[in-house]
Amino acid sequence: MHVMKKYELIEHTADIGLKARGVTLAEAFANAALGMFSLVAELKNVCEKESRHVEVKADDIEGLLFEWLNSLLYYFDVDMLLFRRFDIMDFEDTRLAATCYGEQYDSTRHSLRMGVKSATYHQLEVNKEMNTVRVIFDV
Amino acid sequence: MPEWSSKLQKVDDFRWRIPKDYKSGMRVPGLIYASEGMLQQIIADQAPEQVANVAFLPGIVRYSLAMPDIHWGYGFAIGGVAAMRVSDGVVSPGGVGFDINCGVRIMRTNLTRDEVKPKIKELIDALFLAVPSGVGSKGRIKLHPGEINEVLRKGSRWAVEKGYGRPEDIDTTEENGEMKDVSPDYVSARAKERGTPQVGTLGSGNHFLEVGVIDEIYEKDIAKTMGIDDIGQIVLYVHCGSRGLGHQVADDYIKEMMRAMQKYGIQVPDRQLACAPVNSPEGKHYLSAMRGAANYAWANRQCIMHWVREAFCRVMGVGEKEAGLELIYDVTHNIAKIEEHEIDDRKESLCVHRKGATRAFPPGHADVPAKYRSMGQPILIPGDMGRMSYILAGTEQAMRETFGSTCHGAGRMQSRSAMKKRLSGRDVLHDLESRGIAVRAGSMSGLAEEAPQAYKDVEMVVDVAHGAGISRKVARTRPIAVVKG
Repeated sequence: MHVMKKYELIEHTADIGLKARGVTLAEAFANAALGMFSLVAELKNVCEKESRHVEVKADDIEGLLFEWLNSLLYYFDVDMLLFRRFDIMDFEDTRLAATCYGEQYDSTRHSLRMGVKSATYHQLEVNKEMNTVRVIFDV
Repeated sequence: MPEWSSKLQKVDDFRWRIPKDYKSGMRVPGLIYASEGMLQQIIADQAPEQVANVAFLPGIVRYSLAMPDIHWGYGFAIGGVAAMRVSDGVVSPGGVGFDINCGVRIMRTNLTRDEVKPKIKELIDALFLAVPSGVGSKGRIKLHPGEINEVLRKGSRWAVEKGYGRPEDIDTTEENGEMKDVSPDYVSARAKERGTPQVGTLGSGNHFLEVGVIDEIYEKDIAKTMGIDDIGQIVLYVHCGSRGLGHQVADDYIKEMMRAMQKYGIQVPDRQLACAPVNSPEGKHYLSAMRGAANYAWANRQCIMHWVREAFCRVMGVGEKEAGLELIYDVTHNIAKIEEHEIDDRKESLCVHRKGATRAFPPGHADVPAKYRSMGQPILIPGDMGRMSYILAGTEQAMRETFGSTCHGAGRMQSRSAMKKRLSGRDVLHDLESRGIAVRAGSMSGLAEEAPQAYKDVEMVVDVAHGAGISRKVARTRPIAVVKG
């Protein structure tokens, strides 16, 4: 069976980005979040011990992607939460609601990779036909 | 790519012009400071396209400028300088960047390389322990509820009042580490929540502490004024920014600017250039919040410097006074400021964006600390881990040409993952150690990403800034120990 890659990294000189895809656009959003956290940390030892209900709103679909990813970075900064699974329940152009699963960073079991400062609007793309998204991070 | 080679017009050995007709919509031409040898890399990086895009912004005057360390950014290129009229121009959070007031400071010492070298391992370990660093690092400082507002308002002064450092440190910090006109209400609760546990943390990426040694002095008198007396003298660097607080302020206001652009009918070629009129409520609120984030970053560097002083004195077994640990200067390289500049023979109030660029004010300027007024503002240009860093001084030429701005560092040339494919963290560690540089890093992969090979040679960058006259070389330092976040 052909296995679809959830996301792939995009190279830029000072920054790093990713292109994520899914069967649905909501899944592409979830995979973008997964890709982002895999930049932050090695996720293989991260368990699903905690969850957070996350709701975001924006003026358009591009803004929604920007807001979604940056909201998750907020949880990492404030609660040191590393997420590895994202169940997006409600998904519209201007709002989404999701439950995100992961656990708090534990230096004895987890290894952090890089600090992601933010998702950016630069070359940000949401393709509704292909169910793909592209985002560049400031790292 | 060949398209660019024909488009760029050579002005002289250090200046390249992007004509206004390169793209319809450019309000001013672009001007890139670079040597011929650096051009190919700059073009391959598509940075000139970004310089051209910035020229679209309303109210931009003279040129969309790029300093010699220019490299591809998001929206604005890193190394970009753009000044907009306050009267009818815009402010763009993308022209400052996510790490508001990322900057660098340097302290002099009375100690020499020969005195410090035997204890370097001990020193680097002590620095690593004293200053929280790495991805998601939390600080040693616990703020009282609401105290974050004090940090936002007072910056370095908050830190000094809390006992982190000395009052005279403030005199040699750009803006005295305290930008005025800050209303903490314009900084969101989320930004404050992110920033509260992170005061006094280095963070990750290219942020560092460095023990350097004076390696070359170009201008003896100016160096002496800075307290740099001899080759072999030890200096200490701190490089970091406003952490999660600054990132959140940038996020919040980029969103705000998206709405503002519709409201004011502004169109830009890249959404990351989102902006609003300087004089609009949105523009004013952003500037207020940005200044708060800048003050946070100054408080952050002030606290970190205090711990560096303590650790240095403890390991070296000297008193603070005896050690001569004085702050030479602290510069910001991600900021927007309202400044007066002379445009067409009259004073104009401008909103100067410096994204990965340093202020370079000339001798005599009122904003240069009294101590340095006769020589021009000190400018600090950190190189990469293995190579030199430079101390420069501001010039009249910079004031005339670049709104008093110059380069900020080496400038990346290779992506992080390209570096990791080529080198392991261990390779980098061994290479640096074989060159007599002790290293402590939060993560080995972070070390590979920041390998010296990832950067342009800072010497080439500085030679262009010096050659073009937008700053002058004062001294050069070489690292002997580095703590990487």
